[in-house]
Amino acid sequence: MMTGTYLLIAFMIAGLLFVNRNSFLNNLLVIVFGVLQTGFTIFACYQYRSTVLEYFTFDSLGLLLLMTLGVVTIPALFHSYLYIRRHDETPQSRAIYFSALIFLITSITAAYLANHIAVIWIFTEMTTLSASMLIYHHRNKLALEGTWKYVFICAISITFVFIGILFLSLSLQHAGSNDLSFANLMAYKDQLNPFWLRLAFLFIFTGFTAKLGLVPMYTAGIDAKDKAPAPTGALLASVLMNLGFVGIFRLYTIIAQTPLFHWANLVIFIAAFLSIFVATVYMTKVTNIKRMFAYSGIEHMGIVMLGIAAGGVGYYAAVLHIILHAFVKSSLFFQFNQLYRTFQSKSINHVGNYFKYNTTGALVLLLGFISATAMPPSGMFVSEFLIFRALFEGKFIILLVIVLFLLTIVIWAFGKNILKILFLPVAGFDEAKVPKINPWESLSQFILLFMAVWLGLNPPSVFVQLIQDAVKYLPK
Amino acid sequence: MRVLALQGFILFGVTFLQLQDIKTWNLVLILLETIVFKALAVPIFLGYLIKRNRMTRETEPYLPHFISLIITTMIVVITVLLASSIRDTHLDKIFFIVSLSTLFTGLYFIASRKKIITHVMGYLMIENGVFVLSLAVGNEMPNLVNLGIMLDVFASVLILGIFLNKIGDVFKDVDVDQLSNLKDY
Repeated sequence: MMTGTYLLIAFMIAGLLFVNRNSFLNNLLVIVFGVLQTGFTIFACYQYRSTVLEYFTFDSLGLLLLMTLGVVTIPALFHSYLYIRRHDETPQSRAIYFSALIFLITSITAAYLANHIAVIWIFTEMTTLSASMLIYHHRNKLALEGTWKYVFICAISITFVFIGILFLSLSLQHAGSNDLSFANLMAYKDQLNPFWLRLAFLFIFTGFTAKLGLVPMYTAGIDAKDKAPAPTGALLASVLMNLGFVGIFRLYTIIAQTPLFHWANLVIFIAAFLSIFVATVYMTKVTNIKRMFAYSGIEHMGIVMLGIAAGGVGYYAAVLHIILHAFVKSSLFFQFNQLYRTFQSKSINHVGNYFKYNTTGALVLLLGFISATAMPPSGMFVSEFLIFRALFEGKFIILLVIVLFLLTIVIWAFGKNILKILFLPVAGFDEAKVPKINPWESLSQFILLFMAVWLGLNPPSVFVQLIQDAVKYLPK
Repeated sequence: MRVLALQGFILFGVTFLQLQDIKTWNLVLILLETIVFKALAVPIFLGYLIKRNRMTRETEPYLPHFISLIITTMIVVITVLLASSIRDTHLDKIFFIVSLSTLFTGLYFIASRKKIITHVMGYLMIENGVFVLSLAVGNEMPNLVNLGIMLDVFASVLILGIFLNKIGDVFKDVDVDQLSNLKDY
């Protein structure tokens, strides 16, 4: 009941924003949506494990990611408001921006909670549509190029997922059933036809990598995060990637019960390793700061999937890692906007000595760098360490050594660039044009980074239980 | 492009013959999709785009036509061989062959041509292939999934079309070679 109301109101707000041209009403509606989203997240916690509207279940994984989304949404709305106000947007482009933003957040919410693979598929499609509107926000050549690539690759990926779903239904027909909900698949897990299941997993995995950012389809996400306005980039680089994870993880949980388990692990290992490798190569070359953040995201998703494939303590660590990554990466993207306002450039070559111009912002960047490279005080150190332990215990020593070596290169490249941004003065930079930046704008990033540290180092017992519950069906 | 419209009509015919025994509402929905979208709306829209952007007929492939012909024939042969090696009572074999070969040909189209409009057509071919595949799978598709396909076709074509329109305006010439400014170094 409540869920239906939420979806209805959220889509109504998106629709109203789309036709509305009044700035006061616009802000009011956005605030109403922020309250609605938070309220729904709290409501979801009380509805734990219940199923509503037949297709939505508040299970552990959905709930965890929903809370993550709830935390990231508020600063995203706030920074979007600042962003739009600063850019002197026309009422029309503002309307499209906020409408698409709210459409995106609502679709992600629904997809997290869906318990039927076709429902996830539909809402994933909706995220593509709304995200493409956001990426095209600036209406220039490069934005058009980025949007085109994103839409095209996502459209093909989503078709792949659909083919996978068809194969899955073939596989299920051998068990004499045709209800594709995850609960039903789980119930028939022993009778699924392995040949079609194998094809289904391949196609669905490949399709969702466009959202998750793993090797076959990762390119779409990079251009999208580069061209989208930074507050949106934060959503694309965190919660939307988690959506890809949900899609793959829910099917993986079923596969893990069948004889195909080891084969599926092998597929994931290959994709994850190649992702880390590609991310490493590009990290050393890239000069665009936003793209650098995006490639760091690819690397982290690779690590997450390594954790999933390694098994054991890796499952727990992978879920933890993906949540912490969402906080850290979104805070970096929020901060990027201040950086851009200071230097008016995305290129590392034109940016430097940030500490002098915006001390608070530089502090966020430094802490975000420490978190994103998983150095000890950050929470991601814990999850990454656990994933490496899982690899070690699973006897994947050679893989572990190579991955550690690649990660060292990533940290070197990331550190080289970030330290240059923070400390090295850049020649020929006109200091007079630097605007004064309000330190309070960095507050949200500090909170997000603090969350990442807190949840990693000293997680509340409810949180730990939820994660353990999310991975309880996977073999030990 | 005309071939695409023809494909839509054939799909309509096949679906009509195949799915007579299902519920009327569902049937209407599917038929609406095949005839209105695939056979009429999409080709007309694409035709409008071509006229508007004054695109020419040369396809500028990376490979000569003869090799393309051989490759597509190979695709069909391979899918036939592949399909005959599968024994499955739940699967309609002819549909399976047709759908897989359409799918791979669509992918090949996308990979081998330069014009963006050909990419869109390749994508539509893939969509058609998927549609036939869903027939091959044999069970009457649940309404939900059906609705999903509608949404997919509608939205993707609309968006692809709109952006193609814009690309035509902004870049003056519609080649993928022009879409290479987003780089890493």
